Amino acid sequence: MTEKPCLLYCHCAYAKVVPEETRREVLKRLNDAGVAFEAVPDLCEMSARKDPALERLAATGAIRIAACYPRAVKWLFHAAGAPLGDDQTEILNMRVQTGDDVADAMCRTGEASS
Amino acid sequence: MSTVAEQNLPVVNALRVVLYEGQGADALDSAERNSLLNGLLDSGYAVTCARDGGTLSAPDESPLMVLGRFHEGAAPAIADAEDRVDVFTQDITSLATEAVLERVRFVREQTALRVPGEWHPWFPVIDYDRCTNCMQCLSFCLFGVYDVSNEDKIQVRNEDQCKTNCPACSRVCPEAAIMFPKYRSGPVNGEEVSDEGVEREKMKVDISALLGGDIYQKLRDRSDQAKERFAKERDETVALKERKRCLVEMQKDMDIPMEALMSLPSPDEIQRRAAEAKQKADDAIARRMRDRDGNYAEDGLKG
Repeated sequence: MTEKPCLLYCHCAYAKVVPEETRREVLKRLNDAGVAFEAVPDLCEMSARKDPALERLAATGAIRIAACYPRAVKWLFHAAGAPLGDDQTEILNMRVQTGDDVADAMCRTGEASS
Repeated sequence: MSTVAEQNLPVVNALRVVLYEGQGADALDSAERNSLLNGLLDSGYAVTCARDGGTLSAPDESPLMVLGRFHEGAAPAIADAEDRVDVFTQDITSLATEAVLERVRFVREQTALRVPGEWHPWFPVIDYDRCTNCMQCLSFCLFGVYDVSNEDKIQVRNEDQCKTNCPACSRVCPEAAIMFPKYRSGPVNGEEVSDEGVEREKMKVDISALLGGDIYQKLRDRSDQAKERFAKERDETVALKERKRCLVEMQKDMDIPMEALMSLPSPDEIQRRAAEAKQKADDAIARRMRDRDGNYAEDGLKG
């Protein structure tokens, strides 16, 4: 991943599986970082709806996503007909990582590790 | 992969909200932006924070609502040069979060866009790296969530027919290939699958088999027994108790919400649907086998 990645944050709005404090922390840090980013209410809903926005996001090329388990995120995009490029995608897991860890990884500059 | 046209849920664009802080607008202060972001996301809107630095996705055909603290307190009128995207603008200078949300809601209602959050997004997601196309999920699910694609591959067709919080089909998948991303524990929630995880999932299938075939067979048997007893004893209470006991057992074994079990159709209808799904699965498998054998034969001839 060499280009500047698009930053995508999932709010997981319709379930309580991502700890509230983690979500709020990551969103606040992205907000304070002064960079452009995309935020979506719920990737699951968008996937089931085949929301064209997923295609748009997958098409950005390099992308760094704060959401849940990478395996779930990968196949949610795939199910919507918008597969992510394996070598251009980095997925941070807010279900298991701390808000600080996810935010640090999202906001760091330079190349992303996939 | 299935095409969008094959899906049951209608594809309807959602409103994309843009928090604009570029040329011609003042920057929002951090607390204001944070409050707006949380409010919009909690209400189900996708938000693009447009600021200098960073990469954003290109516009698609979803309508845009651009919010900003525009200079002179007036939002500029903006139109898409290609006339593909509807663009709405709103000056939010001195508007509280609630008032901004109200204006966004108004635009969404005017444009008949998708209502966010009207359906709880609970549905299976297939990991095709693991799926072997055995069709057990298709045979198992009685609610028509699964189907076969034109390429005879298993696919999730009717997401909205899935029973909220019911992960039962993931329990019958021998490869742990079915995920419910909002489930509480792994590997059903999408956690990486360990060998132990696969064994654990397999074990659940085996236990269910040990208890007397598939759980629907079990339900049918119990129900038949209950019917017999009902016929003999003319005791409706006993029959109902029996059914309830069976359902409670299944609920424990497979973590199926009682609500999902209670919405199961009559035993006859269960039998009909199960047979129909199994037939569909068997047909798809048979077609794939034929194709495979045909390919082998062709390769043999070439060789």
